Amino acid sequence: MAIDMEQFKVTYIEESLEGLDIMESSLLGLDSGTADNETINTIFRAAHSIKGGGATFGLSSVSEFTHSVETLLDQIRNEERTITSEIVALLLTSVDVIRDLLAAEQHNENIDEERIEAVKKQFDALLESDTTSPGQTSSQEIKAESNQEQNAWLIDFRPHPDMLATGNDVVRMFRELTELGKCDINVDTNNIPALEDLNIEDCSLSWIVTLYSTCTKQQVEEVFVWVEDDCDLIISPLTQNESESSIENFEAIKSEKGKTKEIGPELVTKPIDRRNSGDRRTPTKNKTESSSIRVDIDKIDALINMVGELVITQSMLSQMGEDLNIDRLEKLKDGLGQLERNTRELQESVMRIRMIPISFAFNRFPRMIHDMCSNFGKKVELKVSGESTELDKTVMEKIGDPLVHLVRNSMDHGIELPETRAKLGKPETGTLSLNAFHQGGNIVIEISDDGAGLNKEKIRKKAIENGLIDESEELPDSKIYELLFQPGFSTAEKVTDVSGRGVGMDVVKKNIQALGGVVEVSTVAGQGTTFSIRLPLTLAILDGQLIRVGEQTYIVPLISIIESLQIEKNSINSVAGKADLYKLRDEYIPVIRLYEAFDIQPDSRSLENGLLVVVEGDGHKAGLFVDDLLAQQQVVIKSLETNYKKVEGLSGATILGDGRVALIVDVAGVIRVSQHGSNQNINSIHDNGVAA
Amino acid sequence: MEAAQQIDVNSQVNAGVEDQGDQLLTFILAGEEYGVDILRVQEIKGWDTVTPIPNTPEHIRGVINLRGTIVPIIDLRMRFGLETIEYGATTVVIVLKVISNNKSRIMGIVVDGVSDVYNISKDAMKPPPDFGSVISIDFVSGLATVGETMVIVLDIDHLLNSEDMAVVESVGGEGA
Amino acid sequence: MASILTVDDSASMRQMVSFTLKGAGHDVTEASDGKEALSFAKGKKFDLVLSDVNMPNMDGIELTKSLRTLPDFKYTPILMLTTEAGLNKKQDGKAAGATGWIVKPFNPEQLLTTIKKVLG
Repeated sequence: MAIDMEQFKVTYIEESLEGLDIMESSLLGLDSGTADNETINTIFRAAHSIKGGGATFGLSSVSEFTHSVETLLDQIRNEERTITSEIVALLLTSVDVIRDLLAAEQHNENIDEERIEAVKKQFDALLESDTTSPGQTSSQEIKAESNQEQNAWLIDFRPHPDMLATGNDVVRMFRELTELGKCDINVDTNNIPALEDLNIEDCSLSWIVTLYSTCTKQQVEEVFVWVEDDCDLIISPLTQNESESSIENFEAIKSEKGKTKEIGPELVTKPIDRRNSGDRRTPTKNKTESSSIRVDIDKIDALINMVGELVITQSMLSQMGEDLNIDRLEKLKDGLGQLERNTRELQESVMRIRMIPISFAFNRFPRMIHDMCSNFGKKVELKVSGESTELDKTVMEKIGDPLVHLVRNSMDHGIELPETRAKLGKPETGTLSLNAFHQGGNIVIEISDDGAGLNKEKIRKKAIENGLIDESEELPDSKIYELLFQPGFSTAEKVTDVSGRGVGMDVVKKNIQALGGVVEVSTVAGQGTTFSIRLPLTLAILDGQLIRVGEQTYIVPLISIIESLQIEKNSINSVAGKADLYKLRDEYIPVIRLYEAFDIQPDSRSLENGLLVVVEGDGHKAGLFVDDLLAQQQVVIKSLETNYKKVEGLSGATILGDGRVALIVDVAGVIRVSQHGSNQNINSIHDNGVAA
Repeated sequence: MEAAQQIDVNSQVNAGVEDQGDQLLTFILAGEEYGVDILRVQEIKGWDTVTPIPNTPEHIRGVINLRGTIVPIIDLRMRFGLETIEYGATTVVIVLKVISNNKSRIMGIVVDGVSDVYNISKDAMKPPPDFGSVISIDFVSGLATVGETMVIVLDIDHLLNSEDMAVVESVGGEGA
Repeated sequence: MASILTVDDSASMRQMVSFTLKGAGHDVTEASDGKEALSFAKGKKFDLVLSDVNMPNMDGIELTKSLRTLPDFKYTPILMLTTEAGLNKKQDGKAAGATGWIVKPFNPEQLLTTIKKVLG
């Protein structure tokens, strides 16, 4: 029954991608001068596994290409070739090629044949230039004997005494022979030593076997291939006549001195003196988005313990419940307090499972910066700190692109060319720092460079050009730098291949905001720039303000709330009898009547009887008119879309302590809807009451 | 699912797993008996308060918390444009698994009361006649006869997935 | 039927071998390098060892040498799984005491045939 290799392919591709990451980081290490044996072996093994697996699991394109890589690496590890930076560059390119091949396999896409051929040619050129290196060592083909119909073989088999030490079994070999055909086996016991000299581990027997079969000589040799060096083996063809008289020839043949059959040239391996460095580079993993997560076993253990405690507390409480009387009240309160602690700890434990170190996101940068350095002709050193700072897996996957853009920006526009830096008295090699740390309930990620800093004047001019600000406007520095994040803004003189290509700082800001975070920039002209990204640690939990409209409870994310206040009658202004504006200190903000937006029966429709929650969403301010403010609490975000669909103005739902569902307000959405009007015609649906 | 076995068509089978026929859960709605494939029924609950969702058709009453999952509840009387009644002691919510675009969702329907579970052999199912505009023929898989009663067998995947439910896949899959 | 120890640093390879052999009714233990394999071997007697050559921590050659010093593994069939078709590697394996080799890539059928031959 054929076993389907498909099931192993996924694992193979995953582990190969990891292997490629290891190869890449090891190669980058080689380039900077450290060339110890352990690293080289690591790189070799990675390529070797990829090649072997590729062939086994049906990815021939991968295995064919990787073969050249493996050959080259083999030469290097056997010290038949020295590593040069050209070789490292070629190997890095091959890593990219193999990555592409694997990705193409994963997503069922076409491969770029030309590119692969081009790179392969480079390998071939390199390998051919060194004549002492063997290409693929193919096992010597042992030609089959003459084509005439062979119907029998005479096999003279004399094991060396130590043949059995390798666990080989003569019985096994004879069994295989009998599968080829009928055998007459004659044993020669002449060489068995006297009992007192007998070493039971030695093989002192030899055999003459007549095999009646039309098989080839190669097939017979196959049977003995594992012990070919541990025995004397002569295989001679017999014609029909000869086989019949073989027994008569037995004595004659037995006395013949066996010749060792040469299978092939023996290569003596050079004793290699390896410097075994204790400094093994820890393998770095760089997973792109995947639906599985690797979890530290300690976290799982903590979780299991927590659940255990919870079970204990729960059973204690239920016991109390069985036999409830007023004396037990204190104990019940204690029990409930314990329950609360257990639950909170459990929640934290579970959330921690989704947390992984930001190093996963930082890992792509050494290679990226290495490549950009050669592309831009710049010298940059990457400094990373706080890479073990943990954040939620989903947040991390989404922060990758913004980080890349900011790093590219620093590399392209921030850090100057070596000559320029030298003239300014700066070291030729610039520094790009990535730093991450926890602060409050957030993670802060800083990208700093010691480059030219932001040019205030240039930004101002560009903003005026693009009509973002007025010529006459006086803006504080911080506001000017914020202009950088406006759509369509780019001060790059020419749109380089790397930044400014349609992906602007505005997209970076939007992506970060989508994660519930903020991005800020600080700079000193001539000295450098720092971008700071602040993100919440998890997406699934929200700090919310409970509000009441009529009988319904809603949640407004605390992060969107600027302030809440009692409505002053005098501050209400009406526009054209329809829209309401509220005067808040020195600005007018639109009032959104939530009961209207959500179609609820409120306590009161007149504004002065309710409260105003001033919120901000997507740059717009508004005041939400509600009946009452309730508690503030952390809520778990539940999806509406899982079983229903996305609703405008809502970002999800949550379950309150009493089990009721409360909807979470999407502030930006509500503001948008009130400005442009909802898509659905609410009134008509109410009138008809009949479905489509 | 076991492989189909040859079963005497005329006999009522009572084994739980065979695909020669279906098991239906039937319920009452405005005096009529309707049926749904029992394999799609997740559970049956009493009616409890629902959180209304703004800007939705009237028959979508809102959502409930079903052991931590948000589940929309649809009033079938409203869905079919029948006269609505007050929910009472026998009012029941049948929680169903609905499949669309290879995605499965959980939804609940409010009905007057649950009736029974019947085995219907494939033979006993007849194709639906044209009901006119009252109920679209898409929602009905067929008519089954159980004893003296006619059971209208509903195709819940069509019923609960049509236009106005607008089951739209969100871009980027947002929403934890 | 037989108790087999399979050693390879590639998870997909281990899975494939394991799946194939288990399907044939054998009991399979997986190790990801020679060191791990050796520790398993010290605790259990296996009927057959299948080992990759190139592995971190302890390669197949070293593993074979070490296994042969264990009384339970003196004559246990040890097969090297290797893409090294070159003779020098086979020599190293034999010198270390390996019984034989299986050349990668191999398909499950080839693996089963060879296993059957060795186990009898």
